[in-house]
Amino acid sequence: MAARSSTPAKGSPLRDAVVIGGNRIPFARAGKAYADASNQDLLTAALEGLVARFGLQGEVLGEVVGGAVLKHSRDFNLVRECVLGSSLSPATPAYDMQQACATGLEAAIAITNKIKLGQADSGVAVGTDTISDAPIAVSDGLRRALLEASHAKTLQARLRAFAKLRPADLKPAAPGIDEPRTGLSMGEHQAVTTARWGITREAQDEIAYRSHTNLARTWDEGFFDDLVTPFRGLTRDDNLRPDTSLEKLGTLKPVFGKSLGPGEATMTAGNSTPLTDGASAVLLGTREWAAEHDLPVLARFVDAETAGVDFVHGRDGLLLAPAHAVPRLLARNGLTLADIDFFEIHEAFASTVLTTLAAWEDADYCRDELGLDGPLGTVDRDKINVNGSSLATGHPFAATGGRIIATAAKLVAQRAAETGKPARALISVCAAGGLGATALLESA
Amino acid sequence: MTDTYTLFVNKGLGKTVAKKLGLPRPALLRRYKSGAPLTVGPVLLVADAASTPDARALGEVMRGWGLDVVERFVASSTDRAPEGTNGPRTPEPSAPAEQRWGAIVVVLTGLSRPADAAAAVLALPDALKRLAPGGRVVTVSTAPADGDAPALAAARHGVDGFLRSLAKELRFGATANGILLAGDAGAEHPSTLAALRFLLSAKSAFVDGQFLTVSPADAAFVDSPRTWEKPLDGRVAVVTGAARGIGAAIAKTLARDGATVVCVDVPAAGEGLARTANAVGGTALQLDVTAPDAGERILAHARERHGRLDVVVHNAGILRDKLLANMDATRWESVVAVNVEAQLRINEALLAAAERGELDGLRIVSLASTSGIAGNRGQTNYGFTKAGVIGHTTATAALLAAHGGAANAVAPGFIETDMTAHIPFVPRQVARRANSLQQGGQPVDVAEAVAFLASPLAAGITGQTLRVCGQNLVGR
Repeated sequence: MAARSSTPAKGSPLRDAVVIGGNRIPFARAGKAYADASNQDLLTAALEGLVARFGLQGEVLGEVVGGAVLKHSRDFNLVRECVLGSSLSPATPAYDMQQACATGLEAAIAITNKIKLGQADSGVAVGTDTISDAPIAVSDGLRRALLEASHAKTLQARLRAFAKLRPADLKPAAPGIDEPRTGLSMGEHQAVTTARWGITREAQDEIAYRSHTNLARTWDEGFFDDLVTPFRGLTRDDNLRPDTSLEKLGTLKPVFGKSLGPGEATMTAGNSTPLTDGASAVLLGTREWAAEHDLPVLARFVDAETAGVDFVHGRDGLLLAPAHAVPRLLARNGLTLADIDFFEIHEAFASTVLTTLAAWEDADYCRDELGLDGPLGTVDRDKINVNGSSLATGHPFAATGGRIIATAAKLVAQRAAETGKPARALISVCAAGGLGATALLESA
Repeated sequence: MTDTYTLFVNKGLGKTVAKKLGLPRPALLRRYKSGAPLTVGPVLLVADAASTPDARALGEVMRGWGLDVVERFVASSTDRAPEGTNGPRTPEPSAPAEQRWGAIVVVLTGLSRPADAAAAVLALPDALKRLAPGGRVVTVSTAPADGDAPALAAARHGVDGFLRSLAKELRFGATANGILLAGDAGAEHPSTLAALRFLLSAKSAFVDGQFLTVSPADAAFVDSPRTWEKPLDGRVAVVTGAARGIGAAIAKTLARDGATVVCVDVPAAGEGLARTANAVGGTALQLDVTAPDAGERILAHARERHGRLDVVVHNAGILRDKLLANMDATRWESVVAVNVEAQLRINEALLAAAERGELDGLRIVSLASTSGIAGNRGQTNYGFTKAGVIGHTTATAALLAAHGGAANAVAPGFIETDMTAHIPFVPRQVARRANSLQQGGQPVDVAEAVAFLASPLAAGITGQTLRVCGQNLVGR
């Protein structure tokens, strides 16, 4: 696959887009604390916490952008509805967008691009998801019958429409999380990738263990005091197991890849993310807008790159697209892995992180698939997900991007304040459909 | 949190039954509404001869506020009532027979010995019978001072016992409170006027039987409607424990008075905190006040986000009730840490900034409690901290004075909140009724007192603890 080349836009100089701050609600395991809350409830809460933190009541922002992966059709204008239900000015425009698990990050990319171009001075990237309130649709058969009946002009025609119904049509259709083109779940796909790259069970459990211990420490340090607002009595991510151990993780039975053969199934409930409810929001703007509003600036949203891979024909792993995007992002900005202080690699599964790292260290893969001269390089493990990631926090699909951006921005701001030197963070989020979004932050 | 009994005895069948059976009938208290008249009727201004100059000055001011003021300046007690009676010699001047007094202001600044009080006091009995529901009695007298001659000291102290007794006699939501002028503070001092206006208004609904002492202090002040409507205009205030209850009410009241409010509470209370901050158009700062750097962080937030800091309200507090015989270290230490040590540590940071000349005119208001005055069974820890607040308030006031600042405390009695709603039914009813107004106060009653003490108008009031307790039957 040839590397895509792109250069910054010529002509009028681009403005800096900066991360001012973020807010999320604690993430909750599906069916628990937020069982009775809708996507709109979750996202409105995240937005309200952000408004309160930054005193944005009655403010007209450039745009609020984001969405949900599992979404009711009635929520077609979800983000706009949340803006109208918030303390922001109703004159703040909004739109919904969706790129599976990369929704939150892609929303930030969309807004920062507008900010850089001068089309907006401020904006909020948002994302929400709830498994507890997942849309359950009627079957295609019943749906067709209902539509036909609604168009029918006579009672006879209406009855004819329903006469086509078969008992099986009455079965509700749950939202699919399997890949439509392969019929495999994400976990099964990743199990194949994991096996192909020879990732061990121990290495995966180690990633999970570090995720929990890092997240627990981060909570205890008060790092989230200005990043999270409690919701419905939940004050911390309830998937977090501060007392977990490698021994405990080692006792869990594999849940994915059981058909791969003896010893090949290594992915457990402990080293895979659980289904989670939650929402996040990130405040973005120009430096000038932040200064006018007496707001701090955490980081510059430098650049972003997305990628897609051919997983359908088995050429690449479903969740390996970020491995393709990152070298292009680094090259465009004249950087190498060594220039990055913090790596935020979304832990869809522990092995997602490990296969991505393995791919960058593999000369053949880097040459044949990434179009590089040699291996991209090795990442220092102590720079990866230093404050925990999705394995411990949970992963409400569209909300994860916002969680990561806010954490990464605060990390680089803290590091720069400590050292007096610029600090950089690289964000990598894999997504269903063989997609990946990546971004680069630098201390402001 | 609703006091069902009070609602029941104030209308329809409940009112009739309570009257017939002679049950207590707590009044529905008048509370502040923007644009509503200051008092519920005309003001009767009473003074003895020696206090007449001060009374005239106050009368002028009150007329300027649009109040209908009727003067009754009496030369001596015989001038007022015939021997052996306490009725008036002549019919009431100007106020029609059916009209009720909205307030009676008694000026006693000229007293030189106890016998002098009779003139003004004996002019009151008839007027009190015609005090409107929700009416006010306010005395203005001179604060006792070191070096007062024995007779002078007796007269000045006498006002204290007189006023507190009178407050217990008033009914139908009427209250009696006093203003004490200390040092060279005169009747026309801005803070005297601010105190008078506060005590006359619905803002002091649950303040009863209390005194405010006014000391001479510079107060930049223009007596205009704008001053009274938005006394905190352009000011920045921090309220700790703002997520709910009294703290949320304080944040809302300060915002109503024009302040930009920084709402502070522990991270775990963030949901309510965000609600408060968004309701008042302020900012939410999730911060544990017991953090060692809480003061610096509050100061930094206020400065960086709002450009200044004028008011700090220490409202955050916790209860861990237990008889001392059963007290454990956690219960004692957590209450001390939150209720008093945190306030002290934050004040140290504020005082350090004031020393650097960065916080001139800072006003600190701390939440004490009647438990810190009268004590309460099961609350040795809480009472210790709340009395501690009263103590450090006086000490802090002395330190802040050099920087034009002030520190005061507000001591709530029984207030209807989530916290008191958890008290079992019978003790709750007893606690509720054990004050002159026979009911619990609302969070807004505490908030009004805090807002009054937080305003620059109250510059001459410092180092004091104002009780908001409906004249709780225990303690002063």
